[in-house]
Amino acid sequence: MGIIEFIKQPWPWYVAGPVIGLTVPALLILGNKTFGISSSLRHVCAMCLPANIPFFKYDWKKEIWNLFFVAGIAIGGIVAISLLKNPSPILIHPNLAIELASYGINDFHGLVPNQLFNWGELMSVKGFILMVVGGFLVGFGTRYAGGCTSGHAIMGISNLQWPSLVATCCFMAGGFLMANVILPFILSL
Amino acid sequence: MSKEIINQNTDIQQISEEQDYTLRSTDAVCINESHLHHKWYYNFKYMAVGVLFGIVFVKAEIISWFRIQEMFRFQSFHMYGVIGSAIMVGMISVWLIKKFNIKTIHGETIEFHDKVFNKGQIYGGLLFGLGWAITGACPGPLFAQIGTGATVIVITLLSALAGTWIYGYYRDKLPH
Repeated sequence: MGIIEFIKQPWPWYVAGPVIGLTVPALLILGNKTFGISSSLRHVCAMCLPANIPFFKYDWKKEIWNLFFVAGIAIGGIVAISLLKNPSPILIHPNLAIELASYGINDFHGLVPNQLFNWGELMSVKGFILMVVGGFLVGFGTRYAGGCTSGHAIMGISNLQWPSLVATCCFMAGGFLMANVILPFILSL
Repeated sequence: MSKEIINQNTDIQQISEEQDYTLRSTDAVCINESHLHHKWYYNFKYMAVGVLFGIVFVKAEIISWFRIQEMFRFQSFHMYGVIGSAIMVGMISVWLIKKFNIKTIHGETIEFHDKVFNKGQIYGGLLFGLGWAITGACPGPLFAQIGTGATVIVITLLSALAGTWIYGYYRDKLPH
């Protein structure tokens, strides 16, 4: 197996996790930036539509580095999918496959399930909840919590901040509740 | 006389910079702690880190909706391994930076600030958790998913922007 074929396989957690962890010191050492991603959404608000809201009246130019960072993430997505795409279908847990099949979801190609997330579905109740309501909760919730998985779970806990640990536990609690209790209703719509 | 005015001006400047810092760090972990002013193109180094980060997101399937569903159903160790080992490496890195007082590449002292607890971390955390399990993505993966060609996720991202804006609009009325 050549090196490119080797890289094209899905990367195990013990490679991905440490590399993500190294983002923390990389951003600190490159320029005193604390790692986080959801703040980028706030900077876009501050830049495009501050509307005299005090929460958005700060010097967003100081945080423009964060927008370069997230633009890089999107470019990374393009690079990974065009040059390093895994040719095999994604393997998922058999119980999840059975559960999803009961909602008529049987296409497990791609990272985002095409049967749920597509432009046509956007107008259906299910698609609206999955894409629009879901996105709203992500944007509202992360800012209310003061950070997301990167800011709280990785940066905050790395810096031994107990409020970040509390936030992370709440992220997980909300996720368990949604995935196991509420999402089955949404998917059966 | 003129020197005095200049001093006064820098005082005003410093106060407003401090105020700006306070505002910027409100409800945020991720902050630019640097006091240096660089040309805009210095920001490309953060883009380079972002590119690497995005590649890892895709290659380790962290941006996969299916992996997130498996995580919340305890069907796979993968995501726990990723987040857990990322925290371990981050923790050791922060400890080393503090212990050896490591400076930035520009010679600046690296700053850390403690976060103050407020109830938003609970309420907001729960709301974000609900959204995370619906969309299968936290904010970082949204950008990477769009990069992989899932163009409809632009709508999810716009909706997340709307959520952030609405939070800013109603911030003072929400319990903290």
